[in-house]
Amino acid sequence: MPEPMGFYTDTTVCIGCKACEVACKEWNQLPATGGGRHEMSGDSYDNTRRLDGIHWRHVKFIEQFPEDRADGRWLMMSDVCKHCVNAPCLEVCPTGAIIRTEFDTVVIQSDTCNGCRACIGACPFGVIGINDVSNVAQKCTLCYDRLQAGMEPACSQACPTDSIRFGTIRELKQMAQARVEQLHNLGEKRAYLYGADDKFLGGLNSFYLLVDQPEVYGLPVSPKMPTRNLVPSSLFSTAGAAVLTLLAMVGLRKRRMEEKTAAESDHV
Amino acid sequence: MSDTFFTASPHWAWWIILYFFIGGIAGTAFFLASVLSLLDRRGASHGSRVSATTRPIARVGYYLAFVGVLLSGFLLTIDLSRPLRFWHMLIENHTGRPMFKLWEPMSTGAWALLFFGLFAFLAALAALSEDRPNIRFLQSPPLRLLRQQAPAAIIAVLGSIFGLYIAGYTGVLLAVTNRPIWADSQLLGLLFLLSAASTGPAALILLGQRRLAADPTSLSWLISFDWIVVILELVVLIVFLISLGSVARVFLNWWGLVLLVGVVGVGILLPLILHPRHGTEDLESCVRIAGFVLVGGFLLRMVVLLSSEQIHVIGSGVTGP
Repeated sequence: MPEPMGFYTDTTVCIGCKACEVACKEWNQLPATGGGRHEMSGDSYDNTRRLDGIHWRHVKFIEQFPEDRADGRWLMMSDVCKHCVNAPCLEVCPTGAIIRTEFDTVVIQSDTCNGCRACIGACPFGVIGINDVSNVAQKCTLCYDRLQAGMEPACSQACPTDSIRFGTIRELKQMAQARVEQLHNLGEKRAYLYGADDKFLGGLNSFYLLVDQPEVYGLPVSPKMPTRNLVPSSLFSTAGAAVLTLLAMVGLRKRRMEEKTAAESDHV
Repeated sequence: MSDTFFTASPHWAWWIILYFFIGGIAGTAFFLASVLSLLDRRGASHGSRVSATTRPIARVGYYLAFVGVLLSGFLLTIDLSRPLRFWHMLIENHTGRPMFKLWEPMSTGAWALLFFGLFAFLAALAALSEDRPNIRFLQSPPLRLLRQQAPAAIIAVLGSIFGLYIAGYTGVLLAVTNRPIWADSQLLGLLFLLSAASTGPAALILLGQRRLAADPTSLSWLISFDWIVVILELVVLIVFLISLGSVARVFLNWWGLVLLVGVVGVGILLPLILHPRHGTEDLESCVRIAGFVLVGGFLLRMVVLLSSEQIHVIGSGVTGP
């Protein structure tokens, strides 16, 4: 059994070149948006806009500049499926299409998915979408086919600055911790790791080094499992059903008694 | 900002809104028809549990449930991106084994709909056999068996359990996501159940007008049940909005207006104001009230589903209100 594999993304060295996006699209033969029609979003250099069924990598551009532009910084981050240790998508998939692989990654089996879209609403990171060509839900597979052949995922191999690192989770965490310490020593005290520990979702097999709050990067602060609401919601509904049954039975009995009384008084 | 704001929309729109509406009506119509069948013996012949007075409206409930469950299955199937793979919900395509996840409402709901469909079919068949005594096939021994006390009671009880499940699980299904509004409260299942319990009798009143005209007691029971349920619905709706906390701000727009005017005004307050005093229920006013309740029930599902739809991650931020 191989060790758990994943990505560590150091956003401080991302230059926004989008080589990862292109490599991902090429290797996985993902179609272009709108059949290749070119549209500019107007949002910095981000024309991909979101992760979905045909965008399994998405480089985010965050411009932090004051009005006078005297100071400021760019934040860039190559976003991808987090391959959560406790994956909400896998948990809710009603067809069993989403599986955990021998590399501890999360993969959607296209021949099983029927496009119910439960996984899309369950993913706390908005990663999954319907691929308009295959008409099933799709997302990053962490290049499962390449991993099985002993190769590195296309995106991390293409990354020119090693912002995206691929390896065993154990090695990646060591590498990431060392980088955080290095940045702290250099004066960048805001650096921290997002998803490297098991504080949420049991940990992320694709975790990040960030230098600002998660929301700034479009990430939830404390993502949760969707089933957290199952027991309380079900209990409320069950109690409601019991009350309705009681109401219906008592109401009908009352009406019958009234009718009986009226009939008796008419008879008298 | 709630963590639910960073998610993507599953785009459950009109087909699902219609399913939630029709499925809820079907489930509670079956339940009410069963309560009438099981508990009301007015005018019943000796040795029979079937009431001669209420049986006609109970039969309408069973027909409504059966047509509703057929429509529900159809709506759910066409909403899939790959409709021909609808059976993957029930059978694992790689192994051929049953596919069932107790912790996933969509999975339990698919099975519940299947079983509810079976009981609704049997109950509708028995009702048809009563309604059409001149059709020979409907008087065959297996169908006559369905009308006997024990089988009819089993069908009524089990079908009611599945019917109420169908009416309420849809809200739980939404709560077991990570989407704004849906996952930000634990009361959506209860709210949808109560809404279904108000639209079910309303649909029965609308579709069973002719039979209810001859059965004022059932009409009185249905409209008073509806009245109490609508009050409960209003209370739960208010608690639901409070439980959303700051997320409730997403209703500060057009959807909030629909919620206020359509759901609360037309669907809840108007029926409460127009509700006839006990003993003075006339069919015409009951039908009018039923119409308002149905409009409110549909709009509630529309607002809950589509108001969440407007919020999603774009670029590095969240769009929406």
